[in-house]
Amino acid sequence: MTQSQLEIQFVAALVAAACALPGVLLVLRRVALMSDAISHTVLLGIVIGFTLLRDIENPLLIVFAAGAGVLTVSLTELLLKTRRVHEDAAIGLVFPALFSIAVILITQNFSDVHLDVDAVLLGELAFAPFNRLNVLGLSLPRGAVVMGAILLLNLALLVLFYKELKLAAFDAALASALGFSPILIHYGLMTIVSVTAVGAFDHVGSVLVIALMIAPPAAAYLLTDHLGRMFAYSVIIGVLSAIAGYWVARALNVNISGAMASIAGALFLAALLFAPERGLVARQLQRTRRRYRFAVEMLLVHLKRHENTPDEAAENSLSHLVEELGWKPELAKTTVQMALGQGWIERQAEALRLTEPGRRTAADLLAR
Amino acid sequence: MNPFDLIALIFTDYTIRTVMMGALVLGIVSGTLSAFAVLRKQSLLGDTMSHAALPGVIIAFLITGERAPLPLLVGAMLAGLLGTLFMGVVTSQTRIKHDSAQGVVLAVFFGFGMALLSWVVRQPGAEYAGLDQFLFGQAAATVEADVRTMAVIGGAALLVIALFWKEIKLVSFDPGYAHTLGMRVSLMNIAITSLIGVAVVVGLQMVGVVLMSAMIVAPGAAARQWTNRLGMMVVISAVFGAVAGVSGAWVSAAGVNVPTGPVIVLSATLIVVFSIFFAPNRGLVWESVRQQRRRAALANRRAHAEVPVGSVGSAEGATKS
Repeated sequence: MTQSQLEIQFVAALVAAACALPGVLLVLRRVALMSDAISHTVLLGIVIGFTLLRDIENPLLIVFAAGAGVLTVSLTELLLKTRRVHEDAAIGLVFPALFSIAVILITQNFSDVHLDVDAVLLGELAFAPFNRLNVLGLSLPRGAVVMGAILLLNLALLVLFYKELKLAAFDAALASALGFSPILIHYGLMTIVSVTAVGAFDHVGSVLVIALMIAPPAAAYLLTDHLGRMFAYSVIIGVLSAIAGYWVARALNVNISGAMASIAGALFLAALLFAPERGLVARQLQRTRRRYRFAVEMLLVHLKRHENTPDEAAENSLSHLVEELGWKPELAKTTVQMALGQGWIERQAEALRLTEPGRRTAADLLAR
Repeated sequence: MNPFDLIALIFTDYTIRTVMMGALVLGIVSGTLSAFAVLRKQSLLGDTMSHAALPGVIIAFLITGERAPLPLLVGAMLAGLLGTLFMGVVTSQTRIKHDSAQGVVLAVFFGFGMALLSWVVRQPGAEYAGLDQFLFGQAAATVEADVRTMAVIGGAALLVIALFWKEIKLVSFDPGYAHTLGMRVSLMNIAITSLIGVAVVVGLQMVGVVLMSAMIVAPGAAARQWTNRLGMMVVISAVFGAVAGVSGAWVSAAGVNVPTGPVIVLSATLIVVFSIFFAPNRGLVWESVRQQRRRAALANRRAHAEVPVGSVGSAEGATKS
C-alpha cells in the first residue's frame, strides 16, 4: 500500500466515524432528514463566507457553514410555527430554496474558482493526499487534520453530555421537565451536524454525508438496544464502509464516495436481513418456530383428551389429525416428527400414543 | 434585455421557446402531483425518488446503450419505485422510523448511481454525454424531443388522475373507509406514489435532483393555503407550478448566466411565502388583522361596559353575548 492510499483510507475512516456519532442521535430523535437539508445548505454558508473572506481554506468558513445550518433549522421551525405546512413540507421548502440561492451566487460570482456544484454534491476523496497541512512539524493531509479535529470535538461533546443526550433522546418530556432545554439540545445537535457536514462534504460530497450519518446508525439500531453499543457499532460500520468502499472503488475503478455509500447500504441491508433478533430472517424463523411449537402443543392436548376413550384408535391417528385439526399433511407430518423428537409421543403403526413425559407436558398445558 | 424583447424571443429563439415549453410542462405536471403529495404528507417523497432514480437512469442507459429519453425515464421511474417500496418494508418490518429509512434510501441509491455513473464515464467509447444532466439538471440543453416525451408521459399521468379522481380522493382522505368499500388501498397507494414518481422523472433532467424535490413540495404547499377543496387545490397547484416554471425560465433567459433550475425553485418558494402571508382566510396577515380587530372590539366593549380590565372571564363573557 502506498502512503497516499493509506492516507485516503485514513481520511475516509475519520469522515465516517465523525459522521456516525451525531448520526446516532439524528436517527433516535427521528430528525434524520435534517442531515439531508443541512448537508445541502452548508453550501450557502460557504459561499457567503468565501465572498467575505476570499479564502477557500480559511477555518472561519466552518463558522459560516454552521450558521447556515442553524439558519436552515430556524427557518424550518419558523415555517412550522405558522401552522400552515406539515413538517416534512417545511424541510422540503427550506433547503432547496437556500441551496438554489447558493447555486445562483456561485454561477454569478465565482464560476472560475474551485467551488463548483459537482464537487459539492459528489466530492472527491482521491484528492485528499494532495492538499497538505503542517501540524507540529508533520506533513498531514488537510482532510485528516480537519476531520480529526471534528471527530475529537464530537467525541468530547458526546462524552461530556452523554447522560443529558441519552435522556433527551429517549424521554424528551422528562428531560425538559428536569430543565434540559429541548431547544438548546436540538440546536446544539444541528450545529454539530452542520460542522461535521461541512468538514465532510469537502471530501465525500453532501449526499454521502447523509449516507454516512444515517445508514450506519440505522443498521446499528437493528443490532442493539444499548445506546453506548449503538454508538460503537455505528462507528465500526461507518469505518468498515469507508475502507471497504475504498478497495471496491479501486478494484472496479469507480467513484470512491459512491462505492462507500453502496457498501454502507449493503451493510444496512445485511443488518436488515440477518440481525440476530430484529432481522427479517430471524423474525421469520421466530414466527415459524412459534407456529410449530403451538402445533405440537395442540397435538399433545388432542392426544391427552382422547387417551383411554373408546374412540382412541380412530382419533389418535396421523390421518385423522389432518381431518380434525384442519392441518395440511405437511404440517401434520412435521409436527408429529417434532413431538417424536422431543420424546413426547411414540408411534405404533398408524396410532400415536403419549409417552410419560408427553402426558406430563400435556397436563401442564391444560393446567395453564 | 427588456421584457418585450423576451416575448419576441419566445417566438423566434428555438432554445428559449423549448426551455419555456419544458418548464411549463414540468410546472403543470409536478404542480398537480404536488397537491397530492402535500395532502398525503409525502412531501419529501420527491426528494427520495429523485435521488433514488439515478441508478435506474444509468442502468437503463447501460442496457439500451443510448441516451433516448423514454428508456431513461422508465429506468428512473423503476428505481424510484424500488426505493420507496424498500422504505415501506423497512418502516413496516422494523422499528426504524420513516425519516431514517428515507435517508438511507436516498443516500445509498444515489451513491450507488454515482458509482455506476463514474464507471460508465470511464468506459472507452461510451456515449454517456448528457447523463450527468440528470444530476444537476440542464434546462438549456432541453431539446424538442425531450419536451415531447415529458408532455406525453406527464399527460398520461394527468389522464390517470382524471379517470380515477374519485378513488384517489377517497384513498387520500379516508383510507380506512376506502378499505371497507373493498378497494385495494395498498395497491392504490403504490399507484399514487408511482404517479408522483412520474412527475419527478419528468422534471429531473430540467432542474436536477436537489431542486426537483422542491417542485413536489412548493406548489401544493402554496395551493393548500387558498382553498379547502381538493379539485380547486389541484388546479391552483398546477397553475402555481406552471407560473413558477415559466417565470423561472423567463428570468434565467433574461439574466446573465443564471441557471434555470434554481430560479424556478426560488420562484416557487416566493409563491409559497406569498400564499402563507396573503392567501384569503388562512393568510397570516388576515389572521393578525382579525386578531387586532377582536382586540379592538374587546377594548371597545370594555370601555362601554366599564368592565374592569383585569377580569378576563367577564370580558370574554361580554364578547360572546
